Amino acid sequence: MSIRAPEAARIEIDDVSLRFGGVTALDGVTLELASGSLHALIGPNGAGKTSLLNCISGLYRPSGGSITYSIEGGGERRIDRLPPHRIARLGIARTFQNIELFKHMTTLDNLMLGRHMHMRGGVLDGGLYWGRQQREEVSERRSVEEVIDFLELQAVRGDLVGNLSYGQQKLVELGRALAIEPNFLLLDEPMAGMNVEEKESLARFVLDVYEEWNITPVVIDHDMDVVMEICDRVSVLDFGRVIAVGSPDEVRADPDVIDAYLGEEAHV
Amino acid sequence: MHSGVFHTSYEADMGLRPMPAQRVRLALFVAAVLIFPFFASNYGLNLANQVAIATVGAIGLNILTGYTGQISLGQGAFMAVGAYSAGLLTLRLGLPWGVSIGLACVITAAVGVFFGLPSLRLKGLYLAIATLAAQVIVEWIITHWTALTGGTEALVIPAPELMGERLNTDFRFYWVGVTAAAGTALFAANLFRSRVGRAFVAIRDQDIAASAMGVNVFHYKLLAFATSSFFVGLSGALLAYYRTIVTWERFTLETSILYLAMIIVGGLGTIVGSFLGAVFLTLLPVLIGSAGQALQDAAPGVAGLVPHIQQAAFGLVIIVFLIFEPRGLAKIWRNVKDYFHVWPFAYRR
Repeated sequence: MSIRAPEAARIEIDDVSLRFGGVTALDGVTLELASGSLHALIGPNGAGKTSLLNCISGLYRPSGGSITYSIEGGGERRIDRLPPHRIARLGIARTFQNIELFKHMTTLDNLMLGRHMHMRGGVLDGGLYWGRQQREEVSERRSVEEVIDFLELQAVRGDLVGNLSYGQQKLVELGRALAIEPNFLLLDEPMAGMNVEEKESLARFVLDVYEEWNITPVVIDHDMDVVMEICDRVSVLDFGRVIAVGSPDEVRADPDVIDAYLGEEAHV
Repeated sequence: MHSGVFHTSYEADMGLRPMPAQRVRLALFVAAVLIFPFFASNYGLNLANQVAIATVGAIGLNILTGYTGQISLGQGAFMAVGAYSAGLLTLRLGLPWGVSIGLACVITAAVGVFFGLPSLRLKGLYLAIATLAAQVIVEWIITHWTALTGGTEALVIPAPELMGERLNTDFRFYWVGVTAAAGTALFAANLFRSRVGRAFVAIRDQDIAASAMGVNVFHYKLLAFATSSFFVGLSGALLAYYRTIVTWERFTLETSILYLAMIIVGGLGTIVGSFLGAVFLTLLPVLIGSAGQALQDAAPGVAGLVPHIQQAAFGLVIIVFLIFEPRGLAKIWRNVKDYFHVWPFAYRR
C-alpha cells in the first residue's frame, strides 16, 4: 500500500471565539480532538459546528483563542493563523457541507488533485511531461486507484463529477480528502440529504477509514442517530458554546443536551 | 466492429492521445500542415501565418481565462509587451531574434505576474476591470515613453534570419509560426494532464476547496498569469518578426476583445478550441470581404458595406455561439467525433 499510515495527532482548541459583526458564532469553545477515537460534533442548526470546522481548517480566522496542532514526537504549533493550504499539508483534510467538488474535472482528476501536496512537478515539468513528471503522475495514480477501489468508484472514474448523482459526489469528496493521506478527516454533514441505505453505507466507509486506514474522523452532524451509533466521543455545541462532552450514552443523558434538542420541559 | 480500447498500464491510459483514432486524426492533420505550404498561394500562407500566431495567443489566453477562470482584458497589452520587447532587444542591443523572442516571453511573463497581483482579492468582473488597467497603462507607456519605444512612430525591425536565409517570405516564416503553434499546443496539452494544470482548473471550479486540499491558490493564480503571459508574449514577439513593423495600434483593447471572442467561439478551456477559434475569427472577415467582392458586379452597393458587415458579423457570431453552443467549436467538433465513434448506430456506449 503506497498510502502511508497516518501519525497520531491532536488538535487542541482553546477558548476560541468567532464574531461576525454583532453575531457571535463561537463563544469560548474549548475542545480536544485526538487520534484514537472517532469524534462527533453535534448540535442544532446554527450552533456553530461548521464555523468551528472552518476555523480548524483555516477558512475562518478566530477572533480570539488559539488552535494548536501536535503530531506525536513532532512538536506542536499554532494553526489558527495559517492559511488553509498549509493546514491541509499538516494532515488535516475536510469535506464540505454543500459538496464543493471540481465539477468540470473527472472523478480521477478530483482525487489526483488531492495528491497535489505530495507531488513536486512545476509548470515546466508538466508542459514537457518527460521522465520524472510522467513517473510521478503514474505513481500517484496508483495511490489514487487504492482510494477508488476502497470507495468502489471504479465505474465513475472517468466521468465528470458534475454529472454524478448526489450520493456519488459525496463519496468522491470523501475520496478526495482521503487522497491527501490526512491524520484527521473533518466531515461536515457527510450524511445530509441521504436516505437510510446511503447513510448506512457511508457510515461503514467512515468506520473503515477509522479502523483500517487509522485516520481519525471527526463527523459533524445535527442528526444524532447515526452519529451516536458509530462515534465513541461526542461533543455537543449549542449557541456557539460546548455544552457537553463525553461518550454517546453520557451525552444522551445530559440534561443540557436534552434542553438544546428537545426544549426545557422534555426531561421534567 | 471493435468493442472498445482497453489499456493495461497506467502509462498507456494516461497518454496524451490514448485512442488509435486520435492518433490517426493527428497524423492526418500533421501531414496536411506539412504539405499545405507547397500548394498554397502567398495569400493562403499569409492567412496561415496569421492563424498560427493567433493560435499561440489564444492558447495563452485560454490558459488564464478558460482553464484558470481569471478573465483578462489585458491580452492586447501583453502582446504589445512581447512585440516591443522582442523588437527593442534586437534593435537596441543587437540580440539575435531567437534570443530576443525568448527574453520577450520572460519579460511578458513578469509583466503578467505584476498585473495579476489584483487577482489575490478580485474575481470575475472586478478582475476583468483590473486587467483593463494593464491595457490602459501599457498603451499609455508605449505611446508616451518615446525615448524607448518610439512613441506612436512604428518600430521597424529586420526580418529574422535562419541558417543564412532571411525569413522574409510567408513560405519561410510559415515553418517558424507552425513550430511555435505546435510547441505551444503540445506544452499546454501536457500541462493540463499534470499537477500544475489540475491545480489551475481546480481554482477555476472551486477555489476554496482547492485551498483546503493544499493548493496555494494565490501562488497558482500568479503562476497562471505567468504561464499565460509567456505564450501571449510569444505570440506578440512572433507578430513583430512576421510584420517586421511594430505599432501600438495592433495591440489595443480591440485586440483583447478579439482574443476573448476567439476562445469563447472556439471553446473555453480547450486547446483545440483555441486553434479553431483562431482559425474562425481570422478567416471570418476575409470570407466576408471576398464574398463582398464576388457580389461587386451583381450588387455594386454591397462592396461599400463590407466593413460594416464585418463588424456586425463579429458581434453576431459571438451572440449566436453564446446562445446555441456556449461551449464553442470544440464542443461541435466533439459532437462530430462522438457521432462517428459508433457510426452507423445512433447511440453511445
